[in-house]
Amino acid sequence: MRRIGLGTALLALTQRDLTLAYRRRGELANPILFFVIVTSLFPMGVGPAPEQLRNIGPGVIWVASLLATLLALEALFRSDYEDGSLEQITLSPHPVSVLAFAKVAVHWLITGLPLLIVSPLLALLMQMDSSTMKTLFFSLLLGTPTLSLIGAVAAALTVGLKRGGLLLTLLVLPLYVPVLIFGTSAVHSAAHGLAVAGQFYALGALLALSIVLAPIAIAAALRASLN
Amino acid sequence: MTETNFEATPPKKHRSRVGTAFHRLGSPPYFYALAGKLVPWAGGLSALFFAYSLYAGLVIAPTDYEQGESFRIIYVHVPSAWLSMLVYAILAACGAISLIWRMKLAESLARACAPIGASYTFLALVTGSIWGKPMWGTWWVWDARLTSELVLLFLYLGYMALQSAFSDRRTASRASAILALVGVVNLPIIHYSVDWWNTLHQGATILKTSAPSIHPSMLIPLLAMVLAFHLHFFTVALMRIRCEILEDEKRTHWVQQLGTSR
Repeated sequence: MRRIGLGTALLALTQRDLTLAYRRRGELANPILFFVIVTSLFPMGVGPAPEQLRNIGPGVIWVASLLATLLALEALFRSDYEDGSLEQITLSPHPVSVLAFAKVAVHWLITGLPLLIVSPLLALLMQMDSSTMKTLFFSLLLGTPTLSLIGAVAAALTVGLKRGGLLLTLLVLPLYVPVLIFGTSAVHSAAHGLAVAGQFYALGALLALSIVLAPIAIAAALRASLN
Repeated sequence: MTETNFEATPPKKHRSRVGTAFHRLGSPPYFYALAGKLVPWAGGLSALFFAYSLYAGLVIAPTDYEQGESFRIIYVHVPSAWLSMLVYAILAACGAISLIWRMKLAESLARACAPIGASYTFLALVTGSIWGKPMWGTWWVWDARLTSELVLLFLYLGYMALQSAFSDRRTASRASAILALVGVVNLPIIHYSVDWWNTLHQGATILKTSAPSIHPSMLIPLLAMVLAFHLHFFTVALMRIRCEILEDEKRTHWVQQLGTSR
């Protein structure tokens, strides 16, 4: 039997996930559409006054991106679980945590990155100026990978359940509080012309922490679910 | 997964006395009997402490010169808030033990503790809100500690929801153990981020490095109350873990014998 190195395995897994995503590109648009529609509901709900929109804008966009991430996460392990490839991944000689990390990274590329790309558009809808928009973009860039990593733990825990979707939301949302707080506060500070370095450091620290710890938890959760 | 009861087989290797005691403690029949013996004592002691501290706190302790009579709610609020955090730490510790050593008793303990911890958290939130009405003028303020307590309640509820979602009890235990560990890593982060986000709450009055800013006549009933709450938790946890053990072991010989001997 030919031994496959970890690098080759990671590359193969990444290629496979990207191809699968490309074949189902219709589904990929759903979280983005959700993100845009939820955000545009708020001006209709609270009124179109620019001052008010500028006040609630950061929070609304952050909460909407958080929900959109969650919505996309349910599918992260679902189809792999159903066709048995998830079991093959856990049986491979390579560390499951690294393979799972690759899966989450690809998932972020195809769901998180598009959110980032449309976020300036939503910032316009929320009457933000260009410097605030830039802060929003970078706070989402630092924050959404953390959301994906934390969410992947819960996705792995609930993958074996028939109706795991709502449960996933219940498990994950409380854990998202710090990211939400630092993310929105960075945008608020930028809107008032204050320094945002502190919030960015905190977001970066959360990202570093979740890159280190989340894959271990994901691997353990996958093993528990596949039991 | 096959259910083999490793705990029932006697240890082959020579063990130290502490090791044997720990090993015996992990055996469900032994622990079931032990818990049954401990419940009345813990419960009685708890009732005694409750009686003293309720009387001392609500009747004897002097009225606060700033907050009036409404300060007396700390006698329920502070102990329940402390226990809400302690119980989550216990959940996480049980989670680690059950993941590393596959100890069934730790799984039962975690299952028994979660609803108790959630109730303490709820009690802390309700009493905090009742205290807030005369102090702040509203039932709810997005104060840092109340908010992190609310997030803690959400964590408890998510934990319980996950546990009840699986039909297989061992899988449920493993999954929720992982969730508890993830939660316990996140709790300090949540606490500090919320703290940083907003602080209105009065500063800590008991755990200060300098002399506590609470008069002994108010402090002693409070400490007695804290003790009473701990004993109450201990009692209820033991009662619940006995039910969990019976449920876990319902197919074993000793439980079936227990049913027929009465």
